[in-house]
Amino acid sequence: MSVVVFVEADNGTIKKSSREAVTYASKLEMGEVVAVAMGTLTKDELASLGKNGATKVWHANDTRLNDGVIQATAQVVAEAAQKANADVVVMSRSSLVDAIASRVAVKIGAGVATNVVALPKTDNGFIVKRSIYTGKAFADVRLDNPKKVLTITKNAVGIEENGNLAPVDTFSVSLSEKDFAVRRTGIEKATGTILLPEADRVVSGGRGLKGPENWGMVEELAKVLGAATACSKPVSDMHWRPHHEHVGQTGIKIAPTLYIAIGISGAIQHLAGVNASKVIVAINKDAEAPFFKAATYGIVGDAFEVVPKLTAALKKHLN
Amino acid sequence: MKILVCISHVPDTTTKIKFVNNKLDTTGVQFIIGPYDDYALARAVELKTEINATVTVLNVGKAETEPTLRKALAIGADDAIRIDAEPLDALFVAHQIAAVARQENYDMILMGRESSDFNGGLVHGLVGEMLGIPSIAPCMKLELNGRIAKLAREIEGGKETLEVALPFVAGCQEPIAEWKIPNMKGIMSARTKPLKVVPPVPVEGVSTYVSFELPPAKGACKMISPDNVEELVLLLKNEAKVL
Repeated sequence: MSVVVFVEADNGTIKKSSREAVTYASKLEMGEVVAVAMGTLTKDELASLGKNGATKVWHANDTRLNDGVIQATAQVVAEAAQKANADVVVMSRSSLVDAIASRVAVKIGAGVATNVVALPKTDNGFIVKRSIYTGKAFADVRLDNPKKVLTITKNAVGIEENGNLAPVDTFSVSLSEKDFAVRRTGIEKATGTILLPEADRVVSGGRGLKGPENWGMVEELAKVLGAATACSKPVSDMHWRPHHEHVGQTGIKIAPTLYIAIGISGAIQHLAGVNASKVIVAINKDAEAPFFKAATYGIVGDAFEVVPKLTAALKKHLN
Repeated sequence: MKILVCISHVPDTTTKIKFVNNKLDTTGVQFIIGPYDDYALARAVELKTEINATVTVLNVGKAETEPTLRKALAIGADDAIRIDAEPLDALFVAHQIAAVARQENYDMILMGRESSDFNGGLVHGLVGEMLGIPSIAPCMKLELNGRIAKLAREIEGGKETLEVALPFVAGCQEPIAEWKIPNMKGIMSARTKPLKVVPPVPVEGVSTYVSFELPPAKGACKMISPDNVEELVLLLKNEAKVL
């Protein structure tokens, strides 16, 4: 018995979400936990996955895999799952995982469930809880296939860090031309900012901010909190902010511990993207804004006055 | 050029979700084309005028999904296929699509990045792997240059641009195109466009939805005076313990 975990890195650093997937895999208590990482990574970084629960680390050290190529990555994960004779393959949701989980499942003949929010119940079959209706409900799903692929959401188990370093081995795969049929011609990526899906705190702005020139105070507040910035759909539609910052029904779904919404009314489509947040603070000048029904804490007031005051108060407390 | 657009038939995104007898309570629920699928359809319809293409729209569902398929025809698809079965899970749906695609040799198979009901986000990749062709998702831009497609795919913190030769599968999202609203001419012509009903192929190893539940109710929102933001900071620190 074994569990294979697909581990992702960003600029040589293993993602927190991948460490959580490793912990999830170890808590399945199904034998060896084989963490599969690819691309350029140091041995120390790879061995540290043992702290999160990996018993072995396999490293596909091929620079062509730095780019997150969908087909090739799926092929490597599937070959690792076959070599380890894995019962379960675990990965944390990301833009790459969302694209490869399905392909891995077909390659190894597995059943697959995405958006899994907790450890499975195994006393009567293998049942996982999934988030459905864009966060508005949950479903228990039974996977009868002996092989399973699971993608987990943030905070499905939390990260454990008290294990030992794991042995690292090179994992070689035979990739074909076909695995690289999709060619990357360019990349635009925000640098030096906290990636939204990974962020533990998020500060988000809506139409109430009146224009892109007013985002300074959102960024200022985010900086004090060490938070990522996000926005509502109208804001990205009007190109005040880039699309990858849009959270909501048709944007990114996030689950931070703290979500601060500034000048966002809280339409049901927006809430669908943020309702998995642990604590929500809504700041809006309209006391009737629907966000006040979904938030933990609310302030009815002018964002242009409240936000700088909040930033100042936080600065004082956090230092 | 032949384009297949796969659409889901889902509750309007403003629907208040309730369950009765372990099933979605559909009383008063309005069903729509999945919002992401609607983007894929809109781009396919645009491509009809940019290149010489036909657009077939497909749904896996029972007879009650036909109005949704007719709406897709009204928006501009040329013909429709309904696989006559409950869409049991992503694997089941993907097998149905792959079975049709194997006979028809589509140049492109487009759909939403995920359905807005079960949010699996799996069907595009499953179909791609089953057919042995590339799959790209979430796809936010799609242009054609002969048999080469130029695409943009959203990644964390930005996007990447990609090139791939036809055929391929793409799971689409905004801003690939603007949603299209059917006009009167479209609605009239949709009534007579062909809609073929096809029996499903058998699929083994489908997952079983055992039960449904709603998230725990949120407590009341604690209101804080705008003149006392200090209080919010203290609450975040001492009560919510998130600072």
